[in-house]
Amino acid sequence: MKKLKLITKGLITENPVLVLVLGTCPTLAISTQTSNAIGMGLAATAVLLGSNIAISALRNVIPDKVRIPCYIVLIAGFVTVVQMLVQAFAPALNEQLGIYLPLIVVNCIILGRAEMFANKNTVLDSALDGIGMGLGFTLTLFVMATIREVLGSGTWFGMEIPVLIDNNISILTMAPGGFFVFGCLIALVNKISKGKAIKKSDFGCTGCPSAAACGKLNAECGKGSEA
Amino acid sequence: MEGLLHFDFKGLVIILMSAVFVNNYVLQRFLGICPFLGVSKKLDQATGMSIAVIFVMMLSTAVTWPIQYYLLNPNGLGYMQTIVFILVIAALVQLVEIVLKKYIPSLYSALGVYLPLITTNCAVLGVTILNINESYDFAAAMVNSFGSGLGFFLAMVLFSGVRSRMEGGDTPESFKGLPITLVAASIVSISFFGFAGVIENLFS
Repeated sequence: MKKLKLITKGLITENPVLVLVLGTCPTLAISTQTSNAIGMGLAATAVLLGSNIAISALRNVIPDKVRIPCYIVLIAGFVTVVQMLVQAFAPALNEQLGIYLPLIVVNCIILGRAEMFANKNTVLDSALDGIGMGLGFTLTLFVMATIREVLGSGTWFGMEIPVLIDNNISILTMAPGGFFVFGCLIALVNKISKGKAIKKSDFGCTGCPSAAACGKLNAECGKGSEA
Repeated sequence: MEGLLHFDFKGLVIILMSAVFVNNYVLQRFLGICPFLGVSKKLDQATGMSIAVIFVMMLSTAVTWPIQYYLLNPNGLGYMQTIVFILVIAALVQLVEIVLKKYIPSLYSALGVYLPLITTNCAVLGVTILNINESYDFAAAMVNSFGSGLGFFLAMVLFSGVRSRMEGGDTPESFKGLPITLVAASIVSISFFGFAGVIENLFS
């Protein structure tokens, strides 16, 4: 039961995109078409699964001080593997994802999970966490892409939807639509959970690789406002 | 003189203008959203962060472009691009931090806190990879990096202004915080559509 919870928490209560607010860049950029969203989500899930397993297995070997560079190298390795697989077996998807495929390296979800979870837990738990978080990311991308594709282009997985195809709101498929739909989705999650969802400030920052620097920044800001 | 005559000034200006306005990294390409949402609350922070980003973007392009063309491509190691680039950027940021701390403490105290945040900024890795994908030559790559950084700066500064106005607004409970910020970003992003026709007609 506990193992199952590791997977399901990524889907809703600790959804990486809507609750932890990690990995916003690919979410906004790729969610114009459902097929791309699924492809991106699965690619990120594969990287997350690999990196979580590797980092968890090496957690006692990697010295604490240089852990971030080590994680980045491991993650970049897995991204390169996924990149080559996509190029070989799904060249059309590779074309669609473009720059965002190599950019999985700097996706905060992956480094964030390494920091928050994989370096403290066993290999099996980390693998399940990777799958859960990856599926949560995929699900969010899929929901966003469905909204944007159905209302924006009047299609779903490329299939035309009778009335909407002639009355599409094309701005939703463009950049402003991405920001808008994402904002509305987060507001919806806030509304449903009535603030019960874990606040980013209580949770997200501890896992963020830049937490130390960000903390310094905020401390300085506090000083500034007192003065 | 020959070299100067071949210098494609017009092409470079077009690259610069389109990097700043049309293909704005934050608002059109969705790169570097995290710092855009996180550090744009105050104007001075937004400025400091953006200047650090411009600096790191240009520096990492200056290093990664020769690596790609003189080291990776001749040896058939093009697939190592992602790993090599992220390592170079991470090392470079560390190096800049150390050098600034030792030799230019005043600049370090102004920019130092922003530097570690930049390593995982996807805009920096994005600009180096895009420079290679678009097969820019070295001058064009540098101009593109500068333009992209400048575009980031413009978006950050504009948005910090929008956010300071937003603070006094009466926001619905569920929209408080991030959601209303995203909706505001969406409106700022629409305003950049106005630049779409400008670049094509700049020299006609």
